[in-house]
Amino acid sequence: MTRSHTNAVEVRGLVKHFGETKALDGVDLDVREGTVLGVLGPNGAGKTTLVRCLSTLLAPDSGTATVAGYDVVRQPRQLRRTIGLTGQYASVDEKLSGFENLYMIGRLLDLSRKDARSRADELLERFSLTEAAKRAAMTYSGGMRRRLDLAASMIGKPAVLYLDEPTTGLDPRTRNEVWDEVQRMVSEGVTVLLTTQYMEEAEQLANELTVIDRGRVIANGKVDELKAKVGGRTLKIRAVDPADLGSMAAALRETGLDGVAGSTVVPDEEALYVPILTDQQLTAVVGLLGARGFGIAHIGTHLPSLDEVFLAITGQKSTVSDALPEEVAA
Amino acid sequence: MSATTTTTQLSKSPVGTPGPGPAPARKTSGEGRIGLRANLRHIGALARRNALQIKQDPESMFDAVLMPIIFILLFVYVFGGAIAGKGNNDAYVNYVTPGLMAMMGMNIAMGVGVGINDDFKKGVMDRFRTMPIARSSVLIAKIVVEVGRMMIATAILLGTGFLLGLEIKTSFVELLAAIGLSVVFGASLMWIFILLGLTMKTAQAVQGMAMLVLMPLQFGSSIFAPPTSMPGWLETFTDYNPLSNLADAARGLMNGGPVAHSVWMTLGWALAITVVTAPLAVSKFRKKT
Repeated sequence: MTRSHTNAVEVRGLVKHFGETKALDGVDLDVREGTVLGVLGPNGAGKTTLVRCLSTLLAPDSGTATVAGYDVVRQPRQLRRTIGLTGQYASVDEKLSGFENLYMIGRLLDLSRKDARSRADELLERFSLTEAAKRAAMTYSGGMRRRLDLAASMIGKPAVLYLDEPTTGLDPRTRNEVWDEVQRMVSEGVTVLLTTQYMEEAEQLANELTVIDRGRVIANGKVDELKAKVGGRTLKIRAVDPADLGSMAAALRETGLDGVAGSTVVPDEEALYVPILTDQQLTAVVGLLGARGFGIAHIGTHLPSLDEVFLAITGQKSTVSDALPEEVAA
Repeated sequence: MSATTTTTQLSKSPVGTPGPGPAPARKTSGEGRIGLRANLRHIGALARRNALQIKQDPESMFDAVLMPIIFILLFVYVFGGAIAGKGNNDAYVNYVTPGLMAMMGMNIAMGVGVGINDDFKKGVMDRFRTMPIARSSVLIAKIVVEVGRMMIATAILLGTGFLLGLEIKTSFVELLAAIGLSVVFGASLMWIFILLGLTMKTAQAVQGMAMLVLMPLQFGSSIFAPPTSMPGWLETFTDYNPLSNLADAARGLMNGGPVAHSVWMTLGWALAITVVTAPLAVSKFRKKT
């Protein structure tokens, strides 16, 4: 909280109730200028409510939030000039063509007819929609709609962009397209607040993470720090001879490498699970097992699911100052 | 609005560097208020959107194009003989057409409520409401386009009327005044239906509610039959029914006869309805979550 002069978004004690439901129950967070903050949480955690409060669609019950220095409650008009919003549901007019959507938004942002036209063409080109420019958005594929939505958010060159679950419901290829676009916008200096249910997405796009659950922040920090807490990726190893798994685990523990010490054999699956924190550790583990002459039949990695993240975080809370979760697992 | 704000950075200058290229945000005076010219430009851009939607979905013009034809044929040939006497259908055209003008306005206005309700289910409304535009401009743009539709419906109604023997016994100017009056009144009704559309949960509910209010107003009026043929209590009701006032005013302007009272009554109603419902609708729109 000492770097407030470079925060594009500052949220303090934000509360929003819907009747009995506390959608936001005192949320604090910062998004540093020019960075991506991932807000990770399950359905109903309050992610969308947070975005709606920060984009002036909802008035908070208490607490404060400023975006680019403007207060969401007292300076909504100025604030709206600095933000772009791409929601979970494409916020474009489906009956209008891609061009007409972007042109309309340009005009609403006070561009001249000529500038609105050229800005629309420029963004259609950039988001690879030039060929579909004249077609109604309702004929677009899911990925094209998201791209049009992103383009629409970029017309006003916002300083802060909210992406509310930008890839929910997209297939993996389309998801990668959206990620590429987001990374490109970030490289141009846009500050992004991204909500997501996927650890993988947060890891790909975010510099820092805030994990929320039932309207409260339960963890925050740099992605790497959180990964260390949660345990990063997990290696799943199958041996040529399943009887070797026990001695493989023992050999890895002897190395004393961080994380790797948490290696566990799951007999039902005839597999060895090895938590790793870095690519170097991955190489070291494979190298070591090879050097010792163990036969590896299969190797794969997986990221922790949201469930595992939550388990790790809440598990860590219950043991307070005590050690990292991987040691608990060992 | 929050009552417990504690921020200490009111006067802080905005941070954030917009991306490369010309920043489109134009300086506006005061607290980021939107100037009149900008407001008109926004309404224009949004009205264009509504017009383009019609182009994409031409069936949505059926009510404006076909309804006037169906209604005038129905009333002149099915009920006309019974109301005005067999063989007097021609005379009835002159009676019922000004009344139908009033009814068209009402029916188109009803559609606005349904449309707004539908519109709100789509993400694009969220985009509009997070943009630096006056929130009322979204609603006003809708009204502008619907007034256009109302005028098309009126033109088709009059065209069909002329084919069936309608005669304007006054002047062209008075005919224009009659059209203008029904459009003004129709536009004021749109605010009521926008309010309904923003309040009710589903488009079906809006339609149901609208029918409930519209049926007695439409038929308990001087649109289709002279109220002198009705029982006393109903005659009194029709006297205060704004649709009667409008129908009488349009009839007077097109057929000749006294108009001052009914014209003023209609304008009074239109003004009163707008003054009460427009701010409510805009405020509802603003607070809609």
